[in-house]
Amino acid sequence: MSRGIKFAIPGLLKGMGLTLRTMLKKAPVTMYPDVKEIPVPRARGVISLDAEACTACMLCARECPDWCIYIEGHKVEKAPSKPGGRVRTENILDRFDIDYGLCMYCGICVDVCPFDALFWSPEYEYSEMKIADLLHDQERLGEWLTTVPEPPALES
Amino acid sequence: MNAWLELGITLVVILVVVLVSALVTIYVELKAGSHMQARIGPYYAGGRWGWAQPLADGAKFLQKEDLAPAKADGPVYRLAPYVVMMSAIGMFAVIPAGPDLVGVDLDLGVYFVLAISALATLGVLMAGWSSANKYSLIGGLRAAAQLIAYEIPLILAVVAVVIQAETMSLNGIVEAQMATLFTLGGMDIALPFILTGQIVGFGIFLVAAVAELSRIPFDMPIAESELTMGYLTEYSGIRFTMFFLGEYASIVGFSAVAATLFLGGYGAPFLPESLANIAGPFVLLAKVAVLVFVIIWIRFTWPRLREDQLQSLAWRWLIPIALVNVGVVATFKVVF
Repeated sequence: MSRGIKFAIPGLLKGMGLTLRTMLKKAPVTMYPDVKEIPVPRARGVISLDAEACTACMLCARECPDWCIYIEGHKVEKAPSKPGGRVRTENILDRFDIDYGLCMYCGICVDVCPFDALFWSPEYEYSEMKIADLLHDQERLGEWLTTVPEPPALES
Repeated sequence: MNAWLELGITLVVILVVVLVSALVTIYVELKAGSHMQARIGPYYAGGRWGWAQPLADGAKFLQKEDLAPAKADGPVYRLAPYVVMMSAIGMFAVIPAGPDLVGVDLDLGVYFVLAISALATLGVLMAGWSSANKYSLIGGLRAAAQLIAYEIPLILAVVAVVIQAETMSLNGIVEAQMATLFTLGGMDIALPFILTGQIVGFGIFLVAAVAELSRIPFDMPIAESELTMGYLTEYSGIRFTMFFLGEYASIVGFSAVAATLFLGGYGAPFLPESLANIAGPFVLLAKVAVLVFVIIWIRFTWPRLREDQLQSLAWRWLIPIALVNVGVVATFKVVF
């Protein structure tokens, strides 16, 4: 204990100095509703969907750890491009919802998408009064696409 | 003047001072603590700087249901907050804010202040014992152990002051500090006791007072991480508010006692005698404000002591140093 007290006093005084200096400095606070905080460009705010690129392959929904992606689609037969050719099938996306009440922002869906249909956007202001409203449908996810920043240039 | 009228005015003034000072202390703690942690604290309540936050908190507490556990010892449980509040208010009754501005000018003012401040721990022990909750019980008993340990250095530090001032009246102690010590260049120099040999006593008094108030770093009775809220665990509504206000009023009370005993009370150097009744309260207020800020500052800087460290600090360090201090002061008093 005697050793304890002797070694404690300089540290205690140093701590008092630190808190006093912190108090006299301006607090690094953004007054949020009045002043918007600017997140870094690649921040993981919300996931946006490019519905044109999506093939309803279900890879993202199957890889999602908490099953927050809902995809429904159907197949249509496409007429052969040349006479006598084989009939092709095409996947049509009917529904693509992400439930942000469940999403844990791991980004596996973005990484796993083979057709570059999912992108991170830094937008963060989509809180809701009801948890059900956190289910963003295809249209809403498409709107986020306009906020996606340019991807960094490829390295040669 | 009518004695009853005088009593009524004194009571109203003391109650207003207690409540306002407690609310101001709560606000300063919210704001200063926030800035020490690189935050800004309350900001919107009341329009500017969040000045109305303590009032809003109080209004919220008052709306809460006044709950008592089914197995609680009802009367004791309900009485405990009043005891704590009464102890805080009682301290203000005898502290002089000017030669004539004192609720009751007791000859044994020091004795009364120490006795009534120790009563708060009785309220805490009552709360802990009657709550029928193990956290409350351990918190109350810790508070009692803390009181026993820290009341001794507190009283010994005051004993040294009483020896030096040769009186136990708080007014007398302030006057002893305003007495001319020596004359320098035609001016009468009077020094507070902290500069005339009581610096050690002041340190001991401050440490012991923080422990008496069970503030961080001595907040073992309500250690959140160990005891939820200690003796406050079961309290809600107006009774919790009374504990809360009582705690903060006690901070101001103890600071006022320390300012009176060691820092010269309402007296200031070069303050003419005729102004003492008018400027006295403001001088005392300035000294109290500094001490209250130091207590808040300590709270937001230092970590909590362990229970055995707490006891060890009191019994192995503060009490021997305080005893030596009393001996040295008494020796100087006899020799010179």
